[in-house]
Amino acid sequence: MSAGIERGPRACPDCLRRSWLLELLGPYLERLATGEPGSRSPELLRLPSEELVAVAAPKVAGHLVARVGALSEGHLAEALEAAGCWACCRHGDEYPEQLRDAADAPWALIGRGDPHLLAALDPCGTVTVVGARRATSYGREVARALGRELAGAGIVVVSGLAFGIDACAHRGALDGGRTVAVLGCGPDVAYPAAHRSLWRRIAETGLALSELPPGASPWRWTFPARNRIMAALGAMTVVVEAATRSGSLITADLAADLGRDLGAVPGPVNSRASAGPNALLAGGACVVRDAQDVLDAMLGAGAERLERSGPALAEPLAAALAAVEAGEGTCDGVAAALGVPGPDAAAALARLELLGYLTYSPLGTYSRTLLAAPKGSGI
Amino acid sequence: MLATARTFTLDGIFARPVRVEVDVHRGLPGFAIVGLPDAAVREARERVRAALVNCGFEFPLQRIVVNLAPASLRKVGPGMDLAIAAALLSAAGQLEWEGLARVALAGELALDGSTRPVPGALAIAEAAREDGVEALILPAENGPEAALASGIDVIPLDGLGRLAALAAGEWEPRRPESLSLRLEPPPGAPDLADLRGQPHLRYALEVAAAGGHSMLMIGPPGAGKSLAASRLPSILPPLAAAEALEVARVASACGRLDAVLCGGRPFRAPHHTVSPAGLVGGGVPPRPGEATMAHRGVLFLDELCEFRRDALEALRAPLEGGEVSISRAAGRLSLPCRFMLVAASNPCPCGRGEADPDCTCTPLGVQRYQGRLSGALADRIDILAAVRQPSAAEIGGEPGERSADVRVRVCEARRRQELRLGPGRCNAEMTPAEAREGAVEPPAAALLADLYARRRLSGRAHDRALRLARTVADLRGAETVGEEEMAQALQLRRRDQ
Repeated sequence: MSAGIERGPRACPDCLRRSWLLELLGPYLERLATGEPGSRSPELLRLPSEELVAVAAPKVAGHLVARVGALSEGHLAEALEAAGCWACCRHGDEYPEQLRDAADAPWALIGRGDPHLLAALDPCGTVTVVGARRATSYGREVARALGRELAGAGIVVVSGLAFGIDACAHRGALDGGRTVAVLGCGPDVAYPAAHRSLWRRIAETGLALSELPPGASPWRWTFPARNRIMAALGAMTVVVEAATRSGSLITADLAADLGRDLGAVPGPVNSRASAGPNALLAGGACVVRDAQDVLDAMLGAGAERLERSGPALAEPLAAALAAVEAGEGTCDGVAAALGVPGPDAAAALARLELLGYLTYSPLGTYSRTLLAAPKGSGI
Repeated sequence: MLATARTFTLDGIFARPVRVEVDVHRGLPGFAIVGLPDAAVREARERVRAALVNCGFEFPLQRIVVNLAPASLRKVGPGMDLAIAAALLSAAGQLEWEGLARVALAGELALDGSTRPVPGALAIAEAAREDGVEALILPAENGPEAALASGIDVIPLDGLGRLAALAAGEWEPRRPESLSLRLEPPPGAPDLADLRGQPHLRYALEVAAAGGHSMLMIGPPGAGKSLAASRLPSILPPLAAAEALEVARVASACGRLDAVLCGGRPFRAPHHTVSPAGLVGGGVPPRPGEATMAHRGVLFLDELCEFRRDALEALRAPLEGGEVSISRAAGRLSLPCRFMLVAASNPCPCGRGEADPDCTCTPLGVQRYQGRLSGALADRIDILAAVRQPSAAEIGGEPGERSADVRVRVCEARRRQELRLGPGRCNAEMTPAEAREGAVEPPAAALLADLYARRRLSGRAHDRALRLARTVADLRGAETVGEEEMAQALQLRRRDQ
């Protein structure tokens, strides 16, 4: 047991017991959570343990408190070690400083992965990228590029391992640098299961964090609860795509309440998927067009420059690129827009894809990447 | 008294020789058929009895045993009625025919003694020729089909009543005219001119046809995917005579010869609820599936993502090997199935595509749906074409180029491939070594090398791009693959996920 503690950060047993208590309270808190999107049931998590149990599970309060109290320090350490996890708590030095801003901050954080990344989670070097699970290819592409470029610039990208935007932000960040996944289940549980390989990659090269103990399964209430951790961790929270009643907007609200910067990626005004970020922009959030906008907002304009300009384009390619930018996703559409034969359009698109200006979806349609064309090439 | 007659039973698309031995002797009257008959063969008892009586013969009130040899082979279908009747008449002494052992008979009997056609007449005629039979006696309706097999005398018979006259040499029926095999699509067949606008889709079809590449089309409902696929046979090169005979053999065994011979290359579009056995063949007794019926033609899988996964998996080996091998406890059966695979799919379960704000699909649903596009079968697909809804101007515009004109270019490209690869072969069948052998200009090679390095392409994807580039060059009449051809091939290719 001592080996596990020496290797990683330490947590005091009382704070750890809080995590185990939350796991036991899972079904009771689930009943209290209304299930309404936007409900702030995690406010209960501000309460000290005794009050929390009394509110959530009055009939079995004594029993639960006794069960958690009976967990010995050795038992807790063994459970962590068995799952390959470690923990830090609010009394320790490793505990991320910015979490202390939140009144309902987690008492302990259970981690799986690189503990040194905790220290890298400094208050000005962390960005939280959130967004809808039901994302469009536009949102996916932007999230991936944001993740890749922010991570490449040395920023730690925090997200939630969910479908859609979250996963794309993680994948992009893994390409460029380091990323932290904050989970609504135990840090050793890959949820959703379809993201098992992504979770494994993050746990190997980055960090999976949770306030729940190893093996804890997710509940509906644990997702808003983990959102509050994500909101508090990031110096800036960027919403890539979200519908009007999305959980990502809860994260944005929480971040705003903590006085964090808020960024949003503008989208088409008639797209449901972009309704959330567009509304945030209308309310004064930073416009995030690319990673440079995020860096400017966090570090001050011009503090750090990203070089992201592609090679110059000759005329047929420039026209084809303009056609894709105008919304033509298929080869036929580009050929029709340019008035050229199908084979010529195909060759132009293949070259643009090769140069990195376009991406190709599994469905055979093209979309624009964030790579800018150099000035003077007709775009 | 004993008599034997020769007939055939159908095994997949092949006919196997069967000897019908009939023994009539004294005892309790009875009629037994032994030798692994199926239900239809066993019911021959009733048909034969009625047909004999209604044609003026006498049904012997003696003990009759019919043995179908070899006893280990399962006999299927009603096609043995005629042979049983002939052997029975001979054994009962009502038919004097010393030549019976030198001819073969196949056909179903009606209760009034007239004959009814059987499936697989072409295969039966070919098997009869192999078996050294002098003449094959068949129902008149099967005559033209059986006459496709050269080197065998086909005698059409319209009823059991004529058998005695035939045996005595008093009646010499007219030999049937052979069906004429159609090598090209008939006039009035679906034409590519119906596909208006969509220049890229047309081009993708042309490349697919020219190189024999399999193709997947993805696009919203009503964009023209099925229309495009059904026009593909019309731009494929005409069948060679030997290929046409293969097509006819399969169609004959499936009992649908006329329909196929009207259409040149077959086009099969099974519904997505098809079972694995229905798709590749199987069942008891094993029957050819859609893949075999599409032999030398096009197999079109519409709504690819809705097909059962096991059915698609079953298609894998046949796609590679060009034949289906069905192994059962009773034996093994190989069926030919060299077809072009064309598939179509919607972008998501609701069909609108995620870019449409009205798309109602959940992310998990879309993921599961598209996951099927990346299965093992998709790995065998060379070309991916995104199909978009044509604009009103395109639909109202000029008709596209006619199939006949496109086919001229396709045939020329195929001719170049045959010169290089050998007769009957096309670029899609090139081995990796052959694919890398051809001349590629340095800028084109650099383009491919660049992609290979940047996207970490698999070796298979690399070869696929090379094959496609070769087809594009063949279509242009170029000996070497230039930069332009390579760029087009890279666009057309299906990307690995």
